[in-house]
Amino acid sequence: MTDAATLLDPDHAEPASVTTTRSRRARRGGAWAWVAWLLRRLGLAVLTLWLVSVLVFIATTALGDPVRAILGKDFNADKARAAQLTAQLNLDESLPQRYLHWLGGLFSGDLGTSIANQRPVSELIGPNVVNTLVLVLLSAIIMVPVAFGIAMISANYRRRKPDTFIQTVLLALAGLPEFVIGILLVAIFATTLSHVLPAVTIATPGGHPWDDPKTMVLPIATLVLAVSPYVSRIVRATLLEVLDSDYVELARLKGIPERVVMRKHALLNAIVPGIQVVALQLAWLAGGVVIVEAVFNYPGIGFQLVDSVRNHDVPMVQALAMIIAAVYVVVNLVADLLSILLTPRARTAISS
Amino acid sequence: MSATTPQTDTGATPKQGSGITVEDLRVALPGRGGVDVVDDLDLVLHPGEVVGLVGESGSGKTTVGTALLGYTRAGAVIDHGKILYQDRDLLGLPWQEVRQLRGEEIAYVPQDPAAALNPAIRIGNQLVELLELRGIGTAESRLQGARDGLAEVGLPNNDEFLRRYAHQLSGGQVQRVALAMAFLPKPKALVLDEPTTGLDVTTQGMVLKTMGELCRSHGVAALYITHDLAVVANIADRVAVMYAGQVVELGEKETVFRHPSHPYTRALLDSIPHLSQARALSGIPGRTPAPGSRPGGCRFHDRCRHAVDRCAQTVPELVTVTPGHSARCLLVGEIGDWDISKGVVPDSDPKKARDPILAIEDLDVFYGRSKVVHGVTLDVAKAEVVALVGESGSGKTTISRCVGGLHKEWTGRIRFEGEDLPKGSRARTATDRKRIQYIFQNPYLSLNPRLTIEQIVKRPMELFGIASGKEATDRVVELLDQVALGPAVLGYQASRLSGGERQRVAIARALAAEPDLLVCDEITSALDVSVQGSIVSLLEDLRKSRGISMLFVTHNLALVRSIAARVQILNAGRVVEAGSVVEVMESPREDYTKRLLANSPRVD
Repeated sequence: MTDAATLLDPDHAEPASVTTTRSRRARRGGAWAWVAWLLRRLGLAVLTLWLVSVLVFIATTALGDPVRAILGKDFNADKARAAQLTAQLNLDESLPQRYLHWLGGLFSGDLGTSIANQRPVSELIGPNVVNTLVLVLLSAIIMVPVAFGIAMISANYRRRKPDTFIQTVLLALAGLPEFVIGILLVAIFATTLSHVLPAVTIATPGGHPWDDPKTMVLPIATLVLAVSPYVSRIVRATLLEVLDSDYVELARLKGIPERVVMRKHALLNAIVPGIQVVALQLAWLAGGVVIVEAVFNYPGIGFQLVDSVRNHDVPMVQALAMIIAAVYVVVNLVADLLSILLTPRARTAISS
Repeated sequence: MSATTPQTDTGATPKQGSGITVEDLRVALPGRGGVDVVDDLDLVLHPGEVVGLVGESGSGKTTVGTALLGYTRAGAVIDHGKILYQDRDLLGLPWQEVRQLRGEEIAYVPQDPAAALNPAIRIGNQLVELLELRGIGTAESRLQGARDGLAEVGLPNNDEFLRRYAHQLSGGQVQRVALAMAFLPKPKALVLDEPTTGLDVTTQGMVLKTMGELCRSHGVAALYITHDLAVVANIADRVAVMYAGQVVELGEKETVFRHPSHPYTRALLDSIPHLSQARALSGIPGRTPAPGSRPGGCRFHDRCRHAVDRCAQTVPELVTVTPGHSARCLLVGEIGDWDISKGVVPDSDPKKARDPILAIEDLDVFYGRSKVVHGVTLDVAKAEVVALVGESGSGKTTISRCVGGLHKEWTGRIRFEGEDLPKGSRARTATDRKRIQYIFQNPYLSLNPRLTIEQIVKRPMELFGIASGKEATDRVVELLDQVALGPAVLGYQASRLSGGERQRVAIARALAAEPDLLVCDEITSALDVSVQGSIVSLLEDLRKSRGISMLFVTHNLALVRSIAARVQILNAGRVVEAGSVVEVMESPREDYTKRLLANSPRVD
């Protein structure tokens, strides 16, 4: 093609030098745009957490009299205990003062003192937070590949027998409450049918559940089974849509092998909705593992939250609520960041 | 190697393929009782030759295109037939070998490449992907190949460009990337599926030229699929006209365009506008039958104006008219000659007295802080059609939206019968809103899918207090009749109608308000040429009988010649040339107008 130059169309083809200088400038501007974006999102995250703190505070101490709630029938009988509680919760101060006091404590890491056993809240919940995070993270690490894998297999066999079978099983699992799954697993592996795995976690003081890895199996299996159906179904639906797209058709017509089409052309474009639903599920896990932790007696924050609410342990409830909110915010922030990084259109929109 | 065609006369020694031969191809839908999508299709593609495959939507042309690569969309299967490539039948090969042929030997350039390039993979990686998977060449040679390919199609080929994503390119650039991608593995056959749909004429002209050059210099056998006869007239060596899954006429381009022998080809040619002369366009009555509802006998007989009794009973074979030219019609040779100048009408008189109804003065339009229209002044007279012509981004739709009150960020004056129009439609009086009606480009999106056609057309009458109840229903029937739709559609929802029928409903809805000015925003660009022909003739009747004025937005200059009296050529938000259609098109003064005219595909 000697006449290539004559084909250059002045309206559409830019001289190379112009594009490169422009892109260099754009790249420098791009870094700043990213910093600005991140700062804005962090600011929003902090704002969200602040709003949560106000709501948590109002819900736990500002409405009604916490001392009366804690002591119940004993309120009139035990005046000394009531006075001691009033002092511990700073109830003699005005509402805004109490809030600022508490907020200041949150920032400096002082979460208050548990009413139930008079020990610092941070000391009490620290190990449980770690336990729950480990449980959730391990579940996530297993759940994500399992869910995506099932979705890919299912999409590959769309509307044929394997797909129908998988979808039926997933729907059934999604319909089962997680405690039923937990109890079934216990019956199968720990009690009625076999005894290969322990049914509950025996918490040793100062120890962690994973000191005996076997005890982790059933809680993790329950969470994976409870959560993957949602993720899998969403990813499958997105994959099917992507597999019908023109670019997948072109990839096939280009002679790209089917597994590369699926792995590269389809999955790359289906991953973002997957990330969003994984994030939602993870955030749900952080706060919603209560029932699973209760079934397996797992020493996590869900378990502790239920306990604290029952004991009207206001400082504990406040601290746990804030931690769960923080997990929500962080997980969603990470998911949004990943989504943007994996969506070229969104990514380039920020840097330009 | 088969015979060299006369077109391969470039100095370089072209790589010669053997072309593709399609024999007796049938593609069917087993899920729907095995009805055929494509039937009895024979086609030969010689190396270095571009064959244009023309047909309206639903004719099965894309199915033929992908079948050449041994591919069908979900639900369809290749029933029987042979696709011979280098003496091997593609359909008899194991699928691994078919896949091996795809891309490397037979390549495909998709319709709407904006959707066909993967949004998540960089251009450079997509270009070399196939070579990389097949292990052809080294990383450097592949990259160099990609750069050369981009240069061949007139695109920048620096690192920055290779790192871009599809969304960072313009429509024309994406199109040319797709073309470069198809050419990169040096295929010997190429299927191009309407690759210039939606492109501006100058970009289209450029892409077509590039494609033709590449095919001829590389000795590639190309099948160019399109619904646009004018494009075929510009690039193809031979033409195959498809109707309802069959080739109805096949021959050298000159022969088919000068002496069309099939009534369908003639009807298609009658429905397309010419650049050189105004024409009374005509459509083809009825609609293209879908697979499964195609009539017996000749598949075209129920829409054919020459049809006789035996057309409904006897299935016609493709018969030779002259050597190399065949047609699938029982009446070949009996229906007389065809005359290209049939339907020619005098251009509208530039000296006719004008009585302006709409006057736009010094219009500046903004989107946020950016100014997109700069000081546009134009007027529309009573019972006159004024065309706003320009390429995408020229501001033609923006201006029409301001007139319709759909866009409020503008300064200047828009006067309607001497009165200033407020900016947004909410600020306008009911009378103004009634008298100016807007018809949108895409009839698939502009009709409420939940309402029946009766409700849709009745709505403006109720809104403006023109009629109600029984009286309104009678008016709806009357209006539908005017736009050539029967009362049967009253209870239908829009989803049951074809694109052309939907656009007629949209026109009936606009007419229901008894407007004095219609703003028509690219109203035929989503439609087949035959449907465009009938819509244009409908509008022309309305203009004459009701004295309606129209602001007609389009990118198609040939259409302007047949429909408008005056034309405004827009470029980048400015009117570059304006005047009567005859003057502007016969003796354009501006380079931009000349360039548009030169790049417009034409059949005359």
